[in-house]
Amino acid sequence: MAFELPKLEYAYDALEPHIDARTMEIHYTKHHAAYTNNLNAAFEGSDLAGKSIEDILANISQHSVAIRNNGGGFYNHNLFWTVMSPNGGGAPNGELAEAITKAFGSFDAFKDTFNKAAATRFGSGWAWLVKQADGSLAVTSSANQDNPLMDIADVKGTPILGLDVWEHAYYLHYQNRRPDYIGAFWNVVNWDEVTRRFKV
Amino acid sequence: MNFELPKLPYALDALEPVISKKTMDFHYGKHHQAYVNNLNKLVKGTEFENADLETIVKKSEGGIFNNGAQVWNHTFYFMSFKPNGGGVPTGALAEAINSSFGSFDKFKEEFSAAAATVFGSGWAWLVKKADGSLAIVKESNAGNPLRDGLTPILTCDVWEHAYYLDKQNLRPKYIQEFFDILDWDLVSARY
Repeated sequence: MAFELPKLEYAYDALEPHIDARTMEIHYTKHHAAYTNNLNAAFEGSDLAGKSIEDILANISQHSVAIRNNGGGFYNHNLFWTVMSPNGGGAPNGELAEAITKAFGSFDAFKDTFNKAAATRFGSGWAWLVKQADGSLAVTSSANQDNPLMDIADVKGTPILGLDVWEHAYYLHYQNRRPDYIGAFWNVVNWDEVTRRFKV
Repeated sequence: MNFELPKLPYALDALEPVISKKTMDFHYGKHHQAYVNNLNKLVKGTEFENADLETIVKKSEGGIFNNGAQVWNHTFYFMSFKPNGGGVPTGALAEAINSSFGSFDKFKEEFSAAAATVFGSGWAWLVKKADGSLAIVKESNAGNPLRDGLTPILTCDVWEHAYYLDKQNLRPKYIQEFFDILDWDLVSARY
C-alpha cells in the first residue's frame, strides 16, 4: 500500500498571522506531497512493502538515501501539521508539564532550550522535543529530514513536538528572521496533541 | 583582520527577472552581511584573528568555518553575474569543458542535475583539479571544495533563501535561469 499525504485538519489560512496561507499551501501541497511521492517511488523495487514508516526509520542505516530523505520528509511533516492548531498556544499541563519541569527546570527554560536548538541548526533541519526510552524528555535538532526515530540520530527517542526550520517553512513570511518564526510558533502549538504523543 | 561585505559591480535590481531585487536585498544585504558580521565576532581572540579568508575556509571548523566559508561562497557566487549575461564560455575554459564533459550542453546538464539534487541547503560547484581537468561537486551547507584541494570555477547557491521568494519550491527553474545571468568572462578568468 502506498503512503498517502494525510489530510490537513485546518484551512491553509488557519494559522495566520503566525504561518501565512501561501506558505502553508506550498509547504503542504508541494514539499510534503513531493516527499510522499518520492517515498512511494523509492519503495518500488525495494523489499519494504508492508512495513510501517516508524519501522523503516528505526532501521534507516540499512536503507537507501532516497528512503532516508523522503521517508524522513514524509514522517516529519505528518507530525508537524498535527502539533499545530488554530486553537494552539499556551502551556501544557498534567503529566507532560511535570516531565518538562523535571527535565528542564521550568516551561520557560524548556522554551529557551528548544528555541536555541531551532535557531542554531545550521542549514536545513528540525528542532525536536523527544521522549527518550526511559520516559524522560530531551531537546535535540537534526539536519535535513533526519529525525530522532532514526538509528543514526544523536539523540534517539519518540519525537512529540517538532519545528521545521528549513527555509521553505518560513522564508516567504519571515525571510532571514528565523528567530521571529520560532517565537511565533509557540502561538500555534497544539499541546493536546503533544500530550497525546507523550502518553503513547 | 576585519572582513567587509564586498561591493557588487551591478545594482541590486540588475539581475531581474532571474533574481529579484527583493531576493538580492535579503541575500546580499542580510544573509551575506550576517555571515560577515558573525565571522568578525567569532575570530576575535582565536588563532584565526589575523588569518585571511582562504586560510579560514581551508583550516577552521564549527562556527568560524560556517560563517567564513559562507562569506567566501557568497562573494564567489555574486561575483559571477552580470545583467544580460549568459551565452557560453570561450578560450581555455571552453576547451576544458569540452574535454571533461564532451560539450557545453552536457556540462550544463550535469551541473544542473547536481544543483537540483543537493538535499537540503548547499552549493553545486564546477572545479578545476590539479591536472587541469574539470569536475562537478556538491557540497552541503557551507561546504567549499578548497578544502579538498580543488579550485572553484563556478558555483550555484541552492540554499532555499537564494530562490524561494522568486521561485518557491521550483529549484530547477532557478537553476535553468541562473545560466542567463552568468558573466563567462569573469568565470573563465578563474580557470
